[in-house]
Order: sequence, then structure tokens, then C-alpha cells
Amino acid sequence: MCEASGRCGGCGEAPVRRRAAPACSRPRPCVKCGDGPAAVVIRIGDAFCRACFREYFVHKFRAMLGKNRVIFPGEKVLLALSGGMASSAMLRQVQEGLSRETAKRLRFVPGLIYIDEGAVCGQSLVQREQTLTRMEALLQETGFPYYLASLEQALELPGSILRRGPGGDSEPSPSYKAAVEGFIQQQRQEEANGDGGTSPAGLGTQDGPAGGSHAHLPAAARTEELLRLFDAAETLTAKEELLQMLRSHLLLHTARTQGYTKVMTGESCTRVAIKLLTNLALGRGAFLAVDTGFVDSRHGDVTVVRPMRDYMAKEIAFYNHFFGVPTVITPPLHAKRREKTSIHRLMENFLLGLQVDFPSTISTVYRTGEKLSVAPAESNGELQRCLLCLCALDIAGEEELALEPTLVKEDTGNGAESRAAFIPLLCYSCRLTFKEMGPPATLPPYVRTEAQRRNCRALMKQQIQEFLLEDDEEEPGGS
Amino acid sequence: MAAPVSLQVEFGGGAELLFDGVKKHQVTLPSQPEPWDIRNLLKWIKQNLLKERPELFMQGESVRPGILVLINDADWELMGELDYKLQDQDNVLFISTLHGG
Repeated sequence: MCEASGRCGGCGEAPVRRRAAPACSRPRPCVKCGDGPAAVVIRIGDAFCRACFREYFVHKFRAMLGKNRVIFPGEKVLLALSGGMASSAMLRQVQEGLSRETAKRLRFVPGLIYIDEGAVCGQSLVQREQTLTRMEALLQETGFPYYLASLEQALELPGSILRRGPGGDSEPSPSYKAAVEGFIQQQRQEEANGDGGTSPAGLGTQDGPAGGSHAHLPAAARTEELLRLFDAAETLTAKEELLQMLRSHLLLHTARTQGYTKVMTGESCTRVAIKLLTNLALGRGAFLAVDTGFVDSRHGDVTVVRPMRDYMAKEIAFYNHFFGVPTVITPPLHAKRREKTSIHRLMENFLLGLQVDFPSTISTVYRTGEKLSVAPAESNGELQRCLLCLCALDIAGEEELALEPTLVKEDTGNGAESRAAFIPLLCYSCRLTFKEMGPPATLPPYVRTEAQRRNCRALMKQQIQEFLLEDDEEEPGGS
Repeated sequence: MAAPVSLQVEFGGGAELLFDGVKKHQVTLPSQPEPWDIRNLLKWIKQNLLKERPELFMQGESVRPGILVLINDADWELMGELDYKLQDQDNVLFISTLHGG
């Protein structure tokens, strides 16, 4: 035990390697099993050994899915992978869950999608190719069907992406329990009939990668168009919001066209807490539940699920390191100049800084967020929805909000394409973001098309208003 | 006088972008009167390895919040954090958990 520095040169022994803990602090045993050496501190002061940590981590994922019961057996679920740590950990959990023994096995059918955002994150063509190759190798290894998309493809989306899909308004008809029982029975029957050769997880290897699977970079013209769109955004905050919007629309489109009813995204607890406060600052207070909750069903037919929202970023990082989860890290969206930052970054620095001295900060924000539930009005398909974020329009008292003077700063161009034409279609926070984006001509075509369509319909409705029968109007002239 | 200390310093999770993209660095800390601890190591890294934007890696005398430190594959909170006295052939890994996942 010749730890005492400065005296080591004196004794003739070889220097001790790989000490578990210095003599200044006692080596801690795991708080759970009391056996193995502690490797990671979770929460405040709970030191776990690797084995117990792994159990804890895996259990949390299953508990999250089991508690919420929204993913039905046999359902097609699209996993949104960014190559980052949280989504890679999510992929690993899905793989582990699908391969367990029958009784406890996860029962859905996964597909994978990776969106190459290299163009807006400042990556060169060579770097993007490299990243795509690495990601493709990673995806191929899983054996699940996968899709490689690029953010440029968001420019080619149809206007219908901004319309809520059918379904999702009413409660799902079969109860979860009944659905599971039915599925198990069906499987037993298949096995009895000798069909049981392929397990659900094996579907992927038979189908192979679907369309768009080879690592091709999009046409240069498309990339330029995308860069123009982002360059026209004045602030980093607006760019980040724009990126998230395009990404989620692209995910939605892939899910809809490939028949997936659920999309899983890998937002960690840390990310959710940051998003919660950021969105408050952005004016999205009314939509916190859909933006950060476990279930996000604003699109109707495709539901977004966030199974990693209970994991702290630290837990995910340790898990990935201990158990060899491969990741492909790409640089994030960045500002051209050092001083210009976004509300997102500010909030991240604020929360993480606070977390160092007050280790329960993030979990407190998270738990407070958990108490938020989706307003009943949100699930009503009849409501008017924001053009960009598809949340219920919350500008009922807009005259009082005095938004108009601040928002319509220039009104050049013809009526249909001026900024003023878009304003009534947006919720409060999207209006603020929109104000910081470039002229409407730089917006993606699908946004302009859908805005035009809605304005035409609104105009038409106005013209035939007097001929429409309102549900709650009394019939004039009784008898 | 403390003997020179040989370490493997690694970066992950995006932190390597601040170090020319190089993930593993074999470093030898020169001999000096005070024993080498994490605090001194960070100062040394800032002076010798960090290529750009030190504020993205360090804050004050510690790492920036959001960057995890593992000493020999264990959480540095178990080892005394900044006060851990480095041993020869130790492995120090910095993982960034900022921006993304």
C-alpha cells in the first residue's frame, strides 16, 4: 500500500497498478448487492457495481414500457436514431428486450431510421460520407429493417404531413391486456402449426433494408436549398427549432409511408428537463405535456413515444461505456460566432450548472413535468391546429396579446406569400420562431403549399358562412 | 519529488472534437514537487492538449458541467473527484454528455 506519494521511489516494489480507490477515501461496495466494487454513482450517493447497474438500467426500460402500455404486441415501431448516446442505448435495450425468453420478451416489430443532418451541422461531404458509412454498418448489424434519410429530403415532403392523420382521437379499442393475450395465443397457434420457425425479431433479416438504404448523399442543389433555408434564419434559436421541426416531419413521413404506427425517440431525462424549460421560454407552456411527455399523439395516426425519458444522461453514458454500445457522434448545430447562442444552449448550461451543486435539480424538473397531462382539448381532432407544430392553436384572446404590431414587420409581396398570411395559422411560439426565419419564399415548399391551402379554405368558409348550419345555433323561426 | 506519471487520457461522446478528433492520448506528466491529482491534470490538459475553446471543456478548475470523468473505468465521484491522486498507468476518460443523443 505504498500510495503515499513522494516515498514510492524509496521502496523497491513495482508501482501498484489500477487501484480501485485511493487511500484517502474508502473503497465502496455496491449499495445493492454489497458485493462487487462500486463503479458508478447514480442519483445522490447510490454507488452501484456494474452488474447491479446493468440490471437497474435494463429494468427501467421494461418498466417504462410496461407501465405505460401504449405499444401493442406485433406493432411496428420506428426507432429514431441519431447515432448519439441516448438513442444508441435505446436501440440496445430494444435488442436485448426482443431477445429474451418468451415470457418476458418485448413484442413489437422495430425498424430503424437515421437522418443525416450533416449539411446544417457544418460537415463536409467527405465527413458526411464517413458518418453515413459508419451508421449504415451499425444499422446493418442489428438485422432490423433500416432507412437512411437526409434532412434535404424534408424539402420534398407533401403538404399532407402537416395535417393530422386519421385515428388516435378515440381510445384504442382493444384493451392492452386483451391484445397481449390475443398475441400470445396467436403465437402458440403458429408454433403448433409448425410456422414458428421465425421469431418476430428475425423478420428484419428476411426483409433486409428497405428503399433508400444505401449511403448516398443528396443532390448538391438540394443541400444548397436547405442551407439557404437555415442561413435565412436569424437566430440560433430559430435554427434549432427549424431543425427539430424538419426532423420530426421527416420521421413522421417515413413512419406513415412505411406503415409504422409508433416512433420511439431517445430523449433522456436530462434532455427532457432542458426541453421543458426551454419550451417554457419559447412560449410553448401550453404544450409541455405533448412536447416532453412519454406519449405524443399530436399527429393522430403516428404516436411518438419517449422511452428513455427516465434515464439521466450520466447513466446512459456509463451504460454505453461499460457495455460497449457503439455510437457515431456528430457535431451539433453551431453558431457562426462564439457569442451568439440559443435559448436551448443557455438552458442546458443553466440546468447542468445547477445540477453540479444541487444534484436533484434535473430530477425535480422532470418529476414536475410528469405531473402535466395533455389537455382534453388536445386529443380533439376537430380543433384548429398550428401549421408547423400541430398543437392546438392557443391564440383565442389574440387581440389582448397585442401580437400584431410586433410580428408583422414588413408586408411586401403579394397577399398569399406575405408573412401576414402565415400568422393566423400559427400558435404563439411558432409565430415567434417564424418572425426570426427568412422570408416566406425560403420556407420549405410543403409549408407554403399547406398554408395556402388552409388560407383558401378559411376564405371559402368565410364566404359561405351564412349558409352553414351551426350545431349550437337555434333554428330561426321555431315552429 | 514525485516521479513522472504515465497516463492514458481518453475522450468520448464528442469531447474528442476539442482535441483534434483524437480519442486516445498517451501522456507522461513531468516530475514535479506536488503530487499529480485530477486538478493539476486538468490544468496540464488545458495548457498542452486543448486545441481550441477551453470554455467548452473546463469551467473554473473543474470540468464543464455535463462532462463525465472516469478514472480506471469508475465514476470519479467514488475516487475523490478533483482530489484523486493519480497513479502511474492510470486511465482517465472524459465523456461529454452535451448536445444530443
